[in-house]
Amino acid sequence: MPGGVQAGMQAGMQAGMQAGGPTGGTAGMYGVEPHGAAAHAVAFSAGDRVRVRTAFPPGHVRTPFYCRGKSGVIERLCGAFPNPEELAYNRSGLPAQPLYRVRFASRDLWPDYAGAAADAVEIEIYQHWLDPEESA
Amino acid sequence: MNAPHGHSHFRDDEDSLSYYRTMEIAVRELLMEKGIFSAAEVRAQIEAMDARTPARGAAVVARAWVDGAYRARLLANGAAASEELGLAVGPLKLVVVENTPATHNVIVCTLCSCYPRTLLGLPPDWYKSREYRSRVVAEPRRVLEEFGTGVPGDVSIRVHDSTADMRYLVLPMRPAGTEDMNEVQLAALVSRDAMIGTAIIDR
Repeated sequence: MPGGVQAGMQAGMQAGMQAGGPTGGTAGMYGVEPHGAAAHAVAFSAGDRVRVRTAFPPGHVRTPFYCRGKSGVIERLCGAFPNPEELAYNRSGLPAQPLYRVRFASRDLWPDYAGAAADAVEIEIYQHWLDPEESA
Repeated sequence: MNAPHGHSHFRDDEDSLSYYRTMEIAVRELLMEKGIFSAAEVRAQIEAMDARTPARGAAVVARAWVDGAYRARLLANGAAASEELGLAVGPLKLVVVENTPATHNVIVCTLCSCYPRTLLGLPPDWYKSREYRSRVVAEPRRVLEEFGTGVPGDVSIRVHDSTADMRYLVLPMRPAGTEDMNEVQLAALVSRDAMIGTAIIDR
């Protein structure tokens, strides 16, 4: 809400971007500025099967409990963003982490799911929470 | 308690200083003391936030209904398409998800209360409730039924958990029988809940 805080955050993000230099590799379709050399290389593309790490680190985490250890499919790459787990503690969050939307079948998330087989939940997950999974 | 003149008097609940409320006041006052921002700036920001209503999102939806090329741009880049209508979304990354006869979309933030405020204004209280946030990912069909929104079994439900840097807006299906309506009339049909995905628009 306070403009000064927002401005401070934006200044921090710009400083991060200057540390890199555009490569265009993770420039998303949503106007996400590339973080260039200050971003991790993109590891997955749409359609890849991935599994969310089963981990329970302390602190600020953006990966919901209910998808940890579950497998899903990359729906799209959203761009690269400073890691919120670091930003929350006033660190730079760089190198930026690629962020994906991952689609999970609702029946894979909830063993007793009562809805349709095609029902799904899509969750934004940062790359460092994802491991590749062989196609079944 | 009933007062003699016919209406009840409730105690004002303005004296309950929770931990986080105390912290917010302390941090806000410290930042003002340090000259980071002024009280007038805080007030102006609150006023700007309160001035945003779902009419902004409705204008975007109505344009997408009447203009196929705009609809395609909106689905490809929600922020840029909103800005075409003079609706700045700032640093927000907006993903617009389209309802079709085969798929119904609904939005939630299970971690907190992320919401496309620049297009819908402040979120309703239920959107921020633990009940909505925990249940809509696990049993969306039951939750939608409680909103009066039955989704047939052959329509798949896609729940979007807004956990990180994207914000979501549902592009509802244009109701039948609206072929002769203009953009302004169409926008009046588009409700907030239809753009969250907890309602379906029917005339």
